[in-house]
Amino acid sequence: MSADALLTLAGVHTHIGAYHILHGVDLVVPRGQLTMLLGRNGAGKTTTLRTIMGLWHASQGTVTLDGQDITRRATPDIARGGVAYVPENMGIFSDLSVRENLLLAARGARTLDDIDTERLEWIFGLFPAMKKFWLHPAGKLSGGQKQMLAVSRAIVEPRQLLLIDEPSKGLAPAIIQNMIEAFRQLKASQTTILLVEQNFNFARQLGDSVAVMDDGRVVHSGRMADLAADEELQAKLLGLSLGAHQ
Amino acid sequence: MLNRLLSNDLPRSRWLAVLLVVLFLGLAFAPFLFPGVKALNVAAKVLIFVALVASFDLLLGYTGIVSFAHTMFFGIGAYGVAIALNAAEEPSWGAIGLGVVCALAISLVLSLLIGLFSLRVRAIFFAMITLAVASAFLTLASQLSDITGGEDGLNFSVPRLLSPGFTLTEEPLQTPLGEVDVNGRVITYYLLFVVVCGVFLTLLRIVNSPFGRVLQAIRENDFRAEALGYRTVVYRTLSSVLSASFATVAGCLLALWLRYNGPDTSLSFEIMLDILLIVVIGGMGTMYGALIGSVLFVLAQSYLQDLLRLAGGAVEGLPLLSALLTPDRWLLWLGLLFVLSVYHFPSGIVGKLRERAARKGAA
Amino acid sequence: MTSSTFDWKPLALVPVLALIALPLTGSASTWLTLTVAGLAMGMIVFIIASGLTLVFGLMDVLNFGHGVFIALGAFVATSVLAGMGAYTGADNLWLNLMALLPAMLVAMAVAGALGLVFERLIVRPVYGQHLKQILITMGGMIIGEELIKVVWGPEQIPLPLPEALRGSLLFGEAAVEKYRLLAVLVGALVFAAMVWVLNRTKVGLLVRAGVQDREMVESLGYRISRLFVGVFVVGSALAGLGGVMWGLYQQTVIPQMGAQVNVLIFIVIIIGGLGSTTGALIGALLVGLMANYTGFLAPKVALFSNIALMVAILLWRPRGVYPVTSR
Repeated sequence: MSADALLTLAGVHTHIGAYHILHGVDLVVPRGQLTMLLGRNGAGKTTTLRTIMGLWHASQGTVTLDGQDITRRATPDIARGGVAYVPENMGIFSDLSVRENLLLAARGARTLDDIDTERLEWIFGLFPAMKKFWLHPAGKLSGGQKQMLAVSRAIVEPRQLLLIDEPSKGLAPAIIQNMIEAFRQLKASQTTILLVEQNFNFARQLGDSVAVMDDGRVVHSGRMADLAADEELQAKLLGLSLGAHQ
Repeated sequence: MLNRLLSNDLPRSRWLAVLLVVLFLGLAFAPFLFPGVKALNVAAKVLIFVALVASFDLLLGYTGIVSFAHTMFFGIGAYGVAIALNAAEEPSWGAIGLGVVCALAISLVLSLLIGLFSLRVRAIFFAMITLAVASAFLTLASQLSDITGGEDGLNFSVPRLLSPGFTLTEEPLQTPLGEVDVNGRVITYYLLFVVVCGVFLTLLRIVNSPFGRVLQAIRENDFRAEALGYRTVVYRTLSSVLSASFATVAGCLLALWLRYNGPDTSLSFEIMLDILLIVVIGGMGTMYGALIGSVLFVLAQSYLQDLLRLAGGAVEGLPLLSALLTPDRWLLWLGLLFVLSVYHFPSGIVGKLRERAARKGAA
Repeated sequence: MTSSTFDWKPLALVPVLALIALPLTGSASTWLTLTVAGLAMGMIVFIIASGLTLVFGLMDVLNFGHGVFIALGAFVATSVLAGMGAYTGADNLWLNLMALLPAMLVAMAVAGALGLVFERLIVRPVYGQHLKQILITMGGMIIGEELIKVVWGPEQIPLPLPEALRGSLLFGEAAVEKYRLLAVLVGALVFAAMVWVLNRTKVGLLVRAGVQDREMVESLGYRISRLFVGVFVVGSALAGLGGVMWGLYQQTVIPQMGAQVNVLIFIVIIIGGLGSTTGALIGALLVGLMANYTGFLAPKVALFSNIALMVAILLWRPRGVYPVTSR
């Protein structure tokens, strides 16, 4: 089952100032699949995403995207290589309207008319709130709606790779279901996704592959199905068992 | 014993130590080593700048606060003494004392206000606000002409001991380097010298104490310092007050030396720039940088214009060059020097010397 | 702003201040003269400050040397207008404008060009280091001022108003200077143009987004450093324009005028909130009005009144009236 790797991290170390956060991360993200990145708080998951995105530069090791070495590339160039990033804090522009946020994310579009209408309709179907609050400043949206906007931005144009950091954090269960549905549809469209999550239930429903991090390293990787079936392993890695969490 | 005097803040570099000793001796024996009025003026100016810049380094180099109000406190000290001596019928030590005390009191209050206010706003705002306040104070000094003498400033006399007419010896001393008239100016010079030494050593003591270490922690990362339990409010305000007080003292000395004070002698923006330049060239957060920087700067300022005059004479007739190389445009060259220093000498002279020594030591 | 719950309170400050001054000035005609003068001055200051606030908001760069563009613009205008005596001497508004317009455009072009050089040589090497920025941009301003002295000489140069713009129009008993009306008009045009660009073009969108969250804009694939150079150049050009207008307002130009106005524009952008154009407008109008009212009522405290205004606003909103940046 080796789908070829779209994204590979090899021996990546990242320092932030004096702090050594990533201690040699090895990670393979297979093309066209949804890979879950799990782990406790402080394990280095967000740092990993930021390093891939070029927001922090790896001090050692390599990051390879679609055969190209992007370790030293600048963030805008990495984004132009087809990577979309949804950070933990969502990064929406609160003073801009929903419409303006999406327009910005659609790099190819000079005006709204340039955005693929089918795509927009698809987004509105997944997240009706986007249509409802189209002209409202994004800052006025609820937490869940902001999260939906952040994800909408990442999919308003086709991308090779989506990096998503804890999309379900603080969301109501009903909205989480919306999210799961959205990601299911995304998976069907051949987009590769690397998703950081703490909610294992969420993860289990969506993940094809999984990597677990602890202390700045990947301590386990493999198929999600295997991990989901092995309660003992879950307990060891994540300190929980499937049924008990959420 | 030297260790204790310098509060364990040693030069840590042979070159630096040598330089410091040379400068110290040079300043200590200036009236005898460099006879003549101009040289003594230069030396006195160096002393005053050392105190002024060292006090600024406490705020900028050690606490990490950028404030353009430093010259305001300098001016308060100068005007304090000037107004007191001007108003007194007989220039007396009592009047000086009164002037100093009043000036310190005003500085205390103002620096407290500024220090406390700085914590409601961000550092950038604070810098801009101090700029505005300093400008306002300058305007105020020019306008309250009844008290401050306005644009013209105040001329006044000093106690007999310090005045030029007073001589310690009947005949001028004959030294191998020339004739030295041991008069009131020389005595004033040594008064400055003693006070500035005291200020400098006190500042060294302050920055090497636990208090000083907390200041540096705050400079590095104030969130962390707060999280560790230090009330950054209190430390920053204290640093602000101490810095202002020493600047005020420097101002008092200035007035005593010049026997005159006006808005341009102590409050001008040019002086603020000079302070910034010295602290950058000398080395921020080192204290010794203030000493080395001041000497370099004052020497350059006093003799740069002569240099430019020479150079200007050489290129007379050439259209652009002669306009650039005139003593009137010395500020241009100083500005260039300033910009280049900020780029290439980020740690200043003291920093560079210490780095070299450390590398040699480690090798 | 796109929302219906627009924060109107800061906007109200301007008419409130004007209304407070009305009883204090005694007569309605004096009040009118002062108010127009204040609005004119405010508009000119806004033109200058708008570039600076965007530069700071977008790239977190403190340009303490912004004043040099003001001075340069003014001096360039003196040179341009000196050669257009026929147009400025004529008592015809259109001929005068035909002289003023090129003066303004040339001043803007030169100031913008200097801005490009300034950004490259002085600002770019010190991105992210606030202390060095403050020091170096001040150094840059000193160098610039001295170079102006080299080219135009160290003395002040008169910048007389063209004929048709001299004098005042009479509204009843109130005398309103013609030039000041023009200044208000130009300022309003600049503001309108800025609002249009910021709200209706993608570039403007990028600027507004970048002011809020630069990292996210980069993550969306935009090279924001290029955008920044553009904003810096436009900001410098606007400062040049402001310099021309300020010079005409004072009718003389001196090399130090940049440093003099520096303090005022800092007060303005602090009041307005770093990164906010509307905030800068409000701050500028308040400062202009305050300077003129106190100049009439209590001249000795004029500069203090602006500082007091700034302190009062900061006590109400510590980050300015429209804090835009997320930092």
